Amino acid sequence: MPSDPVHARQGGTAPPSAARRPRRLLRNLTAKIAAIPMVLTAMVVFLGGTVWTVTYSFTNSKLLPRAEFVGLAQYERLWATRRWVVSIENLAIYGLCSLVFSLVIGFVLAALLDQKIRYESAFRTILLYPFALSFIVTGLVWQWILNPEFGVQSIIRAMGFEGFAFDPLYNPDIAIFGILIAGLWQGTGLIMVLMLAGLRGIDGEIWKASRVDGIPAWKTYIFIIVPMMRPVFITALVLITSGIVKLYDLVVAQTGGGPGIATEVPAKYVYDYMFGGQNLGQGFAASTMMLLAVAIVVIPWAMLEFGGKRRG
Amino acid sequence: MGKCRDIEHAPLRAQAETVLTDYAAQSRDGTGPRGRKPKKRLSGRNIMIYGTLFVVSVYYLLPLWVMVVTSLKGMPEIRLGNIFAPPVEITFEPWVKAWSEACTGLNCDGLSRGFWNSVRITVPSALFSIFIASVNGYALANWRFKGGEAFFTILIFGAFVPYQVMLYPMVILLREIGLYGSLAGLVLVHTVFGMPIVTLLFRNYFTSLPEELFKAARVDGAGFWGIYFRVMLPMSLPIFTVAMIIQITGIWNDFLFGTVFTRPNLYPMTVQLNNIVNSVQGVKEYNVNMAATLLTGLVPLAIYFASGKLFVRGIAAGAVKG
Repeated sequence: MPSDPVHARQGGTAPPSAARRPRRLLRNLTAKIAAIPMVLTAMVVFLGGTVWTVTYSFTNSKLLPRAEFVGLAQYERLWATRRWVVSIENLAIYGLCSLVFSLVIGFVLAALLDQKIRYESAFRTILLYPFALSFIVTGLVWQWILNPEFGVQSIIRAMGFEGFAFDPLYNPDIAIFGILIAGLWQGTGLIMVLMLAGLRGIDGEIWKASRVDGIPAWKTYIFIIVPMMRPVFITALVLITSGIVKLYDLVVAQTGGGPGIATEVPAKYVYDYMFGGQNLGQGFAASTMMLLAVAIVVIPWAMLEFGGKRRG
Repeated sequence: MGKCRDIEHAPLRAQAETVLTDYAAQSRDGTGPRGRKPKKRLSGRNIMIYGTLFVVSVYYLLPLWVMVVTSLKGMPEIRLGNIFAPPVEITFEPWVKAWSEACTGLNCDGLSRGFWNSVRITVPSALFSIFIASVNGYALANWRFKGGEAFFTILIFGAFVPYQVMLYPMVILLREIGLYGSLAGLVLVHTVFGMPIVTLLFRNYFTSLPEELFKAARVDGAGFWGIYFRVMLPMSLPIFTVAMIIQITGIWNDFLFGTVFTRPNLYPMTVQLNNIVNSVQGVKEYNVNMAATLLTGLVPLAIYFASGKLFVRGIAAGAVKG
């Protein structure tokens, strides 16, 4: 290796800095060349692409991107569009429910699996398998199960409850909950696995102490274990949120955004305007809003996680 | 634990212990005025735990069951019966039809085309992205070069940016280098967007290996690639398996990139499946649809059930980003 720092230091006591500079650049040269794909991805696609999209969201690009800046006009149009507002409302409902239910169900299931039970791995395998399936498969199965003519509704009606109505995918008021059911089915397994790993990391002495003190198990969980598992909850929160914002395939497969525009979501709005509607400016503005939503969650988390580590 | 929960407000250790001994004494002479005798296996607590888990498991398995039974029924039986009932007359015709005859609106040669497209997309994408990411991880962990960590941080943050933001710049990029719409272009897209998680996976793994190994290899005169191929690669087969599991299931299940970056004749299986099931023309054949859905889910399911613990390890590694 021509770039060995030890030899460089031994060579002369005070080498002129001009002679050292090219050497420093050449140090670990192969490693630097090998990292070029990573550098290109990070700088060109991730950083460059994001900056490009944000910049062009201030232009009046239609069929092709045009650098004709129109200020916040695209954003004003975006928020005046009924479909976008519905998308945001849907995302808020879906997001809130999905967050609460995923965390609660994931934690309860993990706590149940953590009771030194038999067949634990069998239960875990069953609870996690939907996570291996794609959103397209998930959406199509639940579309079939929730089909009012043949699915759950028709079966319960056949059992004698004639007035029973449960047709989330055909009723605009509750259609988003049909998507939620499918989304939870697919995603809670992952949260359960994360929580289980968190529970396993808790010192057994804590349990012994609370048992000796006669504290009921549920109280121990809520007041001692959950606060101790804060990092796991935060990780789960960040994961769920970034997943919620990306929600797209599931809606496309399960409802296609319908009935009407009842289950539209922002990611679908972006895709439709960029590649279907030939209205790039709207697509860029909408995707920038998505970026903003993720940033609100991720940046505080990152500052908490990495800022703390650096200081400590 | 079951015992302790019956005792109300006994915060002091001594108190708890005396109550416990009282319990023991009562159960021995059989005249205990309060509290049932704790049974070994079928206590109320166990019934509750196993009962809940059993019900939840049934709920989780239900969609898989519905897919299987629906795909084995004929259409007349579907119209009459309920979707959870097992098939009276088993027929494999829907499977054959889904594989080789189902129509997508463009052509009528079934899912087989999408399946082979997905294979042609997944295999090179997984191999290429894992090779690139493992070299990245190795360079970051062992050859700590200046600026490496900064690029890596950008990469990890990039993992959180919604794909929609980077979609159009990527289209322009691929168009510039003449790969838009081609298989190679899609392989590149999967490599780029899979890079954060897989690089993280390899970087953490290589960092955990003893540094003496690397130093010894360098003293013996091995270079960057020599150490990678002769020392690191043979030692990291488990992590390569984990990366394979993540990438193959992830790429197979992808829908968005498949629609954006390929032409219809190259559509992966997920896109084709969606086109078959949600096509508006013709009578809906639910049995064929479910057979097609199951066929598409079969590859990731097989990987999931075959890999077991490794799958969990993979998603845990992918989940804890940063």
